[in-house]
Amino acid sequence: MGKSYKKTLDEILRSLAAILLALVIGAVFILASGESPLRAYGALIKGAMGSPQAIANSISKSVPLAFTGLAVAMGQRCGMLNIGAEGQLHAGAMAAVITALTFASLPSMILLPMSIAAGILAGMAVGSVPGIFRAKYKTSEVIVAIMLNYICTLFTSWLVNGPYKVAGSTAQTELMPEGIWFRKILPRTQLTTAVLMLIVVAVLIYLFLWKTSIGFQLRAVGSNPEAARAAGIPVNRYLILSMTLSGGIAAIAGVTEMFGKYHRFIEGFSPSFGFTGIAVAILGKNHPAGVILTALLFGVMDMGALRMSRETAVSSNMIIVVQSLVILFVSAPTLIKAFHRKRG
Amino acid sequence: MKAINMVGIVKCFGPVRANDGIDFQVEKQEIHCLLGENGTGKSTLMNILFGLYHQDSGDIYINEKKAEIANPNDAYALGIGMVHQHFMLVNQFTVLENIVMGNEAGSFFTDEKANRQKVEELVERFGFRIDLDEKVGNLSVGMMQRVEILKTLYRGADIIILDEPTAVLTPQEVEELFRILLQLKESGKTIVFITHKLNETMAVSDHVTVIRKGKVVFQTATKDTTPEELATQMVGRQVEAVVSRPAKSYGEVVLELKQVRLQDKAEKMVDLTVRAGEILGIAGVDGNGQRELEELIVGMSPCREGSILFLGKDMNQVSIRQRKEMGLGYIPSDRHKHAMVPNFSIQENFLLGYQEDERYCKHGLVNYKALEEDAGKQIEHFEIKVSGIDQAIGQLSGGNQQKVIFGREVIHDPKLVIAAQPVRGLDIGAIEYVHKTLLELKEQGKAILLISAELSEVMNLSDRIAVLYEGEVSAQFVNGTYSKEEIGLFMAGKKEEA
Repeated sequence: MGKSYKKTLDEILRSLAAILLALVIGAVFILASGESPLRAYGALIKGAMGSPQAIANSISKSVPLAFTGLAVAMGQRCGMLNIGAEGQLHAGAMAAVITALTFASLPSMILLPMSIAAGILAGMAVGSVPGIFRAKYKTSEVIVAIMLNYICTLFTSWLVNGPYKVAGSTAQTELMPEGIWFRKILPRTQLTTAVLMLIVVAVLIYLFLWKTSIGFQLRAVGSNPEAARAAGIPVNRYLILSMTLSGGIAAIAGVTEMFGKYHRFIEGFSPSFGFTGIAVAILGKNHPAGVILTALLFGVMDMGALRMSRETAVSSNMIIVVQSLVILFVSAPTLIKAFHRKRG
Repeated sequence: MKAINMVGIVKCFGPVRANDGIDFQVEKQEIHCLLGENGTGKSTLMNILFGLYHQDSGDIYINEKKAEIANPNDAYALGIGMVHQHFMLVNQFTVLENIVMGNEAGSFFTDEKANRQKVEELVERFGFRIDLDEKVGNLSVGMMQRVEILKTLYRGADIIILDEPTAVLTPQEVEELFRILLQLKESGKTIVFITHKLNETMAVSDHVTVIRKGKVVFQTATKDTTPEELATQMVGRQVEAVVSRPAKSYGEVVLELKQVRLQDKAEKMVDLTVRAGEILGIAGVDGNGQRELEELIVGMSPCREGSILFLGKDMNQVSIRQRKEMGLGYIPSDRHKHAMVPNFSIQENFLLGYQEDERYCKHGLVNYKALEEDAGKQIEHFEIKVSGIDQAIGQLSGGNQQKVIFGREVIHDPKLVIAAQPVRGLDIGAIEYVHKTLLELKEQGKAILLISAELSEVMNLSDRIAVLYEGEVSAQFVNGTYSKEEIGLFMAGKKEEA
């Protein structure tokens, strides 16, 4: 036990080193653009953690990233790269909103779970497609998922610009009945009960993957499909299962954004949550706890970047540079080692 | 004069000292065996000499002159050539093209005639029997090896390193290799022969250096030693050979193959039976249908022609999982690919293949307590060296991994055990253990199918032997009927007279 604990600690330290290094290099860029890195990072930290409201908003920003990160991690654990989370969360969000609008007269107690379930089912359906194609025809799940991303985002875009468009210039649907909006945990912030849902889902994923026989088989397929087959595990079935579950989890990212923030479907609500989710999963080592920590980090940076760009001349895009550097350093650990050796 | 003199070579991989201050000398014009178990650092040492690795410390002298060898080109410049365990040949090219590849005569256009002349000279001088215009893909493994040796000669090697050259050869091919090696020695070449086989060391070498755990433990002229002494030096303790005694009676037929097609090119179908309490050994050079046999019985590939009966039941529509539930234990030939998940813990690997066994799985949840109990029991029983059951199996040595796999398959009380190449890549100590275990299983009345490319293993353990050649059974007999040489001929395609 002591050994695995030390390994985890090692990995956390290495991730921290990557973050630190990314911030240092980001500072060089900020200097080059003629600003003070100290002032910029100061504003960033203040913006993200300067007040309870700021912290709450940082957490709220990380929620959809955590969901897509968990979705990608679920696929990765079975050896499948779910690059289709973006499409799945669009499909999920739209399905949930349409359900809520269509059955608006039902009591909230029934309408809310029903809408969420509809969203998750839509995501699962979209997610299962790349899995089925991979299992049946050996098609790359990546290609199929990318195609589905276009289909889903464009189809929802058509729906919100056409049949479900509300009067006005913005492409958005009508508001959902207020009774099913997620409750705010802290007033005047965007932090809603979505975060509780996240915790429940993360724990369920952990229990599923590490405590159940099906989860074990799924991970075995992901780590060594040949050995899994020799052990009598129906590999193809698990490829489909993992993508279906992944699609369902990705859908929750869209659903919680709808019910927590916008209370309607609005075009372009996702700043590529699905794709950032891949980075979050990689950084989080495909583990629920790691994914949530990484998502928090990204949420903090996104939130702080707003204030940083307001108070200094540094663009909020700079934070994307820093995030990308973190990903680079974590996915290429030898880079970190090279720095390490030069110092030592 | 010393052709090779390596002094105080140290090479570490992370915390592992693969070479721990090795001194290694080879006289000019001798055959020198570098003997040691797997993972003791013999290949590392030779890869340093050939410029594939660089030593952390220590010096190398070639022909008494200090040498810096940074890459294989430096090695060739010093007259050092190496034949690797895995051949590096282009199957679509002819023998001649493979030999001259990268060092063709002529400048921009290759001088076909000069190439041929030079290679023909070599073939004649060293007495190789080979057709230069045959495509390499059509050659036997023994022939491919000769092409590799010719390649080193063509590049002007005076010192030739051979890494485990006999692992893939039939007994006859081994003879031919030895003849070539002696011829090379006669004409002034120096040869380093890496091996873990004692009889080969005794047969071909002038000197032996034994390496254990990265250190030289023994050095002698071959004529002054015995196989027993070498074995003891290699392992660090006395080793006993495990030999089977035939059982007095056998039980019912457990596994039966009826008119099964192993390979597309085979003309004759295969019939085999294994009875309870019996070990049926499958001898043959690798690639003659062993892989197919293993996969058909386990259910990894469908049986298209003929039928496989396990406990009297046709296996045609029976899934791998159901076969395992019926009592099929399986030790795959490709341990890393088929038997384990390297980054999973030992405990989790114990679950692999039995994930839906009632003992380990209640209401869909994994019963880690039962798993821990069983894994712990087998670790103790098989004396598996681990830091704990949550250690990743990939971190264990090959021998310990194989013990975990045996432990897993055995605890479910199988009726039939398919042991395919069960000692491949293992060292003597672990081999001894695996063989003892197989005999124990036999004593317990289990049916065992032992598929092995090591003829001595098959001959030591089997009650009956079947020899595979090109997907057909070329002979099937009670062990003891034929000598090693005669079985060697069956392995090369001779048919048993009915």
